[in-house]
Amino acid sequence: MSINATLIGQMITFALLVWFTMKYIWPPLFDSLEERKKKIADGLAAAEKGHEEMHLAEKKAKGVIKEAKAQSSEIVSLAQKRANELVEASKDTAKKEGERLILVAKAQIEQEKQQAKESLRKEVSALALRAAEQILSAEIDKTKHQDILGKISKQLG
Amino acid sequence: MATEAHAEGATGYIIHHLTSLSVGEGFWTLNLDTLFFSAVLGALFIWFFKRAADKATAGVPGLVQNFAEMLIEFVDGQVKDSFHGKNELIAPLALTIFCWVFLWNFMDLFPVDILPLIGSLMGLEYLRVVPSTDLNATFAMSISVFCLIIFYSIKIKGPWGFAKELMFQPFGPWLLPFNLLLKLVEEIAKPISLALRLFGNLYAGELIFILIALLPWYIQPVLSFPWAIFHILIITLQAFIFMVLTIVYLGMAHEDH
Repeated sequence: MSINATLIGQMITFALLVWFTMKYIWPPLFDSLEERKKKIADGLAAAEKGHEEMHLAEKKAKGVIKEAKAQSSEIVSLAQKRANELVEASKDTAKKEGERLILVAKAQIEQEKQQAKESLRKEVSALALRAAEQILSAEIDKTKHQDILGKISKQLG
Repeated sequence: MATEAHAEGATGYIIHHLTSLSVGEGFWTLNLDTLFFSAVLGALFIWFFKRAADKATAGVPGLVQNFAEMLIEFVDGQVKDSFHGKNELIAPLALTIFCWVFLWNFMDLFPVDILPLIGSLMGLEYLRVVPSTDLNATFAMSISVFCLIIFYSIKIKGPWGFAKELMFQPFGPWLLPFNLLLKLVEEIAKPISLALRLFGNLYAGELIFILIALLPWYIQPVLSFPWAIFHILIITLQAFIFMVLTIVYLGMAHEDH
């Protein structure tokens, strides 16, 4: 029950145990723990990064889609505008063409009118001459009145 | 087992159980049972952890490694909580103390008569199987810790710094003798309280097991079963206290004021 040399023996055993633990037991076990901790942390970080990257890609894709939409709507509006322009332009040309056709027709009408007038006049004068001839043939000497007849015929023509 | 009590009666039975198997005279007596059992338990601890350490992998740990790592993490957490310096020794020291003291104490849970009976069959007159009921074992550990405290105090603070702390704290230089006395008592109380706390708890626990063993056989289970369960708590707690106080004391030795 008293303190004796056992104390020294126990101290030596204790020192040996502590030395052995410090040298051969603690470091490998602790290192493997730390390494596993690091592995897990790395894995988590990688997962987090992947998540973030996915978000980024999603955002990017959204941006691209939005841009494409904007572009397509621009194209559509441009095409519409162009179509409108084309319609307007064709309307214009059609109108002009119509006007021209009208003018041409009018001119033709005028021409035909003139021709009709001319032929009518000629016919009328021929009729008048024939009538006058009929009336005057008895009493008028053709040769004597040639001058007058010619004058009248010229006036009518 | 009361029937096996010696001729001297109950007192003789108790004394027989608490006497060490020893050789030598005076101070140069060696308590063979204490030395033997603590060495065997130490070897058991080393064997188990070495097995885990050899197979240590950062991948999926095996059963042995898992258990060893659980203890390592537990001890490391305790060290990180109360020790803020950098020291390669503290954590392995704490692990050794915790496991070794726990194994010592665990011997208390063997029925009090089994190992002495085997011993007597082998011709050993006395056999005390719980090393922590031997003051030599507990003091050996606490004195080792005390030496480390002194060593690190001087190493970290320098001889003069440590002397200054002893002389000028806590009341300043004008109360130097008083400071010195207070500090010395404080320092010396550390190993004594460490050793006596462990010894007292386990000695008392063992004594109660022996007393229960003196009762008639039909009462023994009723008492020894709850006491054994309670004792599981005590042995773990005592190992834990020894470890934590060691860490705290060494942490204090590392703090430079």
